[in-house]
Amino acid sequence: MARIGVFVCHCGTNIAKTVDVEKAAQAAANFPDVVYATDYKYMCSEPGQNLIKEAIREHKLDRVVVAACSPRLHEPTFQRCIAQEGLNPYFAEMANIREHCSWVHEDRGQATEKAIDIIAMLTAKAKRNEPLFTKEIPLTKKAMVIGGGVAGIRAALDIADAGYKVVLVEKTPSIGGRMAQYDKTFPTLDCAACILTPMMVDCASHPNIEIMTYSEVEEVSGYVGNFKVKVRKRAKSVDASKCTGCGVCYEKCVVKGLPNPFDEGLGTRRAIYVPFPQAVPNIPVIDRENCRQFTKGKCGVCEKMCPAGAIRYDQEDEIVTEDVGAIVVATGFDLWDYSKLGEYGYGKYPDVISGIQFERLMNASGPTEGKIKRPSDGKVPESVVFISCVGSRDDEHGYPYCSKVCCMYNAKHALLLKDKLHDAKAYVFYMDIRANGKGYEEFVRRTIEDYGANYIRGRVSRIFPEDGKMVVRGADTLLGQPIEVKADLVVLATAMQPQPDAKDLARKLGVSTDQYNWFAEAHPKLRPVEFLTAGIYVAGACQYPKDIPDTVAQASGAASKVTGLFSKDALTSEPMIAYINEDTCVGCGLCASVCPFTAIDLVEVVDRAKSTREHQVMRTVARVNEGICHGCGTCAAGCRSMSAKLRGFEDTQILAEIEALANVHS
Amino acid sequence: MSQLSKEANEAVKSDIVVFGSETNPSFYTEVQEICGENALQCYQCGECTAGCPAAFAMELSPNKVMRMVQLGCEKEVLESATIWLCAGCETCATRCPKGLSVAKVMDACREIAGKKGIKSSEPGVSAFHEVFLAGVRQNGRVFEPLMIALHKVKSRNLFQDVPLGMKMFAKGKLPLVPSRIKGLEEVKKIFKKTAAK
Repeated sequence: MARIGVFVCHCGTNIAKTVDVEKAAQAAANFPDVVYATDYKYMCSEPGQNLIKEAIREHKLDRVVVAACSPRLHEPTFQRCIAQEGLNPYFAEMANIREHCSWVHEDRGQATEKAIDIIAMLTAKAKRNEPLFTKEIPLTKKAMVIGGGVAGIRAALDIADAGYKVVLVEKTPSIGGRMAQYDKTFPTLDCAACILTPMMVDCASHPNIEIMTYSEVEEVSGYVGNFKVKVRKRAKSVDASKCTGCGVCYEKCVVKGLPNPFDEGLGTRRAIYVPFPQAVPNIPVIDRENCRQFTKGKCGVCEKMCPAGAIRYDQEDEIVTEDVGAIVVATGFDLWDYSKLGEYGYGKYPDVISGIQFERLMNASGPTEGKIKRPSDGKVPESVVFISCVGSRDDEHGYPYCSKVCCMYNAKHALLLKDKLHDAKAYVFYMDIRANGKGYEEFVRRTIEDYGANYIRGRVSRIFPEDGKMVVRGADTLLGQPIEVKADLVVLATAMQPQPDAKDLARKLGVSTDQYNWFAEAHPKLRPVEFLTAGIYVAGACQYPKDIPDTVAQASGAASKVTGLFSKDALTSEPMIAYINEDTCVGCGLCASVCPFTAIDLVEVVDRAKSTREHQVMRTVARVNEGICHGCGTCAAGCRSMSAKLRGFEDTQILAEIEALANVHS
Repeated sequence: MSQLSKEANEAVKSDIVVFGSETNPSFYTEVQEICGENALQCYQCGECTAGCPAAFAMELSPNKVMRMVQLGCEKEVLESATIWLCAGCETCATRCPKGLSVAKVMDACREIAGKKGIKSSEPGVSAFHEVFLAGVRQNGRVFEPLMIALHKVKSRNLFQDVPLGMKMFAKGKLPLVPSRIKGLEEVKKIFKKTAAK
């Protein structure tokens, strides 16, 4: 015989306005096994909780049903409350008569009846509650950061500074990411390299950080605190332990003129290369697709020239497995390919370039050593047109979203152009100016008012060459007039888009992406740096277009989540999770296929019924990984043999609820 | 900046074509030199147009005039009736979030139009300015009957406002003898100093 106490909350007037709480409490007092029922204005308040505690002592209650708000809000409150009286916390049940009743009904009589029904159901369930206990899960206090841009670097440094080991995995030969390509950064015009390279060097020299460049994540298994990540370290063809970074190899390499992706195709590199002079680590890699040793089978110049004997043509890809407790995803963004746009020349006009190419043209370590020259003939431009929203806010050709940073870098480009070439003219075509950061609006106004950049509100409909110039035809929507600008160079602010392999990585990690393949955070407002999958965090522009300040802020946020996780010696698991009755499980695998968290594996066990001492017969059963299971119950609902069950929501409990509801009405 | 960018503007031929003709990139600096207002500061919010009591009669709204000054659509602005219809009440200036006075810009445009010999497209308004100033130059203050007469002759609209004139006369608003102010010499000095170069 259970001894149940029912406590009906008024929630101020939230419940009491629509539900006759006294009547509900009186009705509850007559339900089977209920020995005490009362109502109170605020059950969650301290006097309210004391009322429950006193009732437990006085009436020797062993189950408590609080008829109040959603369990999402106050279940932990009442679990703690009854635990203080020595009861198992899972003996507290919440009957939600607020969200499920008073808030959604108007008729007081009917709402009261429904509230009584809900309380009847929960008392029937509470009677069948079993004591549940949390478990401790071990924790590996080492993190992996995927992506070595400014987000990954910041996150890695923050975690490492807190005293934990970090593995920083980067796909390209050097860390630094997009930011390393930039010339100056808005709105302060700090030189990007000047503020980034010290962080890169800190990463390389930090005792807690291991950098894996030219490497990619192959496979992820495990769960929060206990991930196993397989990383493919691609063969650099250079022995990193011997290479001194002297650079003789790439000075002597005979394969020249390959387009350098770091310079966005405007500059060249050789078959053995470092992407840029400040690369970290400063170790070259051989591009095997173009190296003569690999394509023709003979050359060996770099091997002969290398004073350290570090060239290794026979090096192979290496797969390493890292045990980590948390993962930060910071893989950054890609840029939209504007060659899809016929009106902007299908990418065939050399003097129509992208914003990132303009960055390289302005950068002192870029292909023109910082002198702005147009790609077609090397002429110093006298007039440059910058076009916003190329592929952004364009449902038809690109993406409906705003790429968020282009307004600011257009203003920066226009300002820097006027700064470098006083006589040049800057025109910026825009639809709206979205400069909503600290000092941003002021920066744009400075570009217009003090530097005389000519801002024209309207989209450009066509670009075509005429007399050695590019004619840009648009409209000034403020005048309501078509407008034509003759430009030497046109710079397109192309949309930011997810990395092409983002979806693939998301699948490996078991995290979700949105409709565009941006990584999807757990909650857009309240959990902006976490994934729904515990132990995996997101930072930077792989989640959505972001500028450097926002990226770095989010990276530090993700890092603090990781260090918060690592501050515990072990993780406690929520006991309300699924379990499988292996005796009845037929191993059909339906539960594994419907589980949204990939928490169920199929395993082989000995079939004791069919095995003999000499001969073991195996059979397949499902098994829940308790570290991953969120207790959603999808497996329990789907299981054909009723073998998958959810603790705290057993079939007997659910059926008792239904029965109670039927009894009240019979 | 303005010195630097003015030189730049003069050095470079216009790259921009609006209304089918090339624009004058240094137009806004010419305006700025006369009235001190930097038209580039205007971000086209339209509050000037929203508050302008004369906007209903203008073919270019005040904010459009500012935009055209920015772009250098000199011809269209100087030939417009708008710059003459502006009453100079400065409502725009008191409300502008950037502290600009469109009225001052309009005035500068009238001055540039005058210098360039562009005929006013509102002859009545420009004629009024002329006879008003002539009266002040003569007597230091306006002698209304003469000013009205001259204006009617200049604007070739002899019988407009006759009933209103009769009413004003009956109420003693139109004196028969002109009066002069004491400091006429000072007024003449002002005219001398500010006369169009």
